[in-house]
Amino acid sequence: MISEEMKAAVGRELRRSVSFPIAESDIRRWAIAVYYPEPPPAMFWDAEEAAATVHKGIVAPEEFNPFAWMTADGPRAGARQAGNDPGSTEKQLGITPPGLRNQLNGGVEVDYGVRMRPGDVITSVTRLASYAERSGRLGPMLMTVFEDTWTNQRDELVKRSRMTLIRY
Amino acid sequence: MTVAATPIAGVPREGDEIPPFARRTGFANWNRYAAVNDEFVPMHMDDEAGRAAGMPGAFGMGNLQLAYLHNLLRQWVGPDGAIVSVSCRFRAPNTKDMRVTARGRVVKVSEEDGRVLVDLDVWTEDEGGRRLAPGTARVMLADA
Repeated sequence: MISEEMKAAVGRELRRSVSFPIAESDIRRWAIAVYYPEPPPAMFWDAEEAAATVHKGIVAPEEFNPFAWMTADGPRAGARQAGNDPGSTEKQLGITPPGLRNQLNGGVEVDYGVRMRPGDVITSVTRLASYAERSGRLGPMLMTVFEDTWTNQRDELVKRSRMTLIRY
Repeated sequence: MTVAATPIAGVPREGDEIPPFARRTGFANWNRYAAVNDEFVPMHMDDEAGRAAGMPGAFGMGNLQLAYLHNLLRQWVGPDGAIVSVSCRFRAPNTKDMRVTARGRVVKVSEEDGRVLVDLDVWTEDEGGRRLAPGTARVMLADA
């Protein structure tokens, strides 16, 4: 499954994205979704309550994604389909995909830095970290690890994460 | 209505279980998560697409399991505590109408620069106790 050109691509930068400034309503809706059907904590929607915390204002939940829907670069042609395409990683790298039909999120490891706040502009740099082959209950599987580093407009580290994509 | 647990007061001990975070899950939760994360993937919206991917039917997003682990830790440390790191593997699907419970157990308590750091095993599980997303986490407790 892992071709020579795939091996050679390990370590390459896949994407660099810049978010639109984070809005309070983005944070509020995210918190409502992940706590549904109960209300989210006041720190994510009540400015007065949030001001009384160590953060001195509203911050986003740690796992908040400011890149959903569109980045500051504007709409990307074919981006909507690419998210569901198991070959999109290799296509972005200009190499031949392994030709697998399905993909699943295998797991995530995240280290957090500073919190994301309303008005922050986040930059994400994603690299292809590794490929490995495994066999599991879904048959032969290709494990692809992506390393993602997020910084804010002050160049402070927001988070560093590793995500394993399982393709089969 | 589930009442959220009160944040921890004092220092925990190894082996302590932290208060769980639970939700009954299905399209009402998954569609809201899809709406905020732009994650409209057929296997999370359609039973046939879920079965074609080798699952019993449509199933919830792994990232929503990860969010529940964050909710679990956040309700424990409170708004002034911090989640330092989280990891998990997505081992079994969160299928429709499943009650998912996020749980954690303290494995180590340490101190750094006067702040208490707690390492935990964390996981989500179904009603039968089968682990869906096992992992680890480190949190920093709020100043006493």
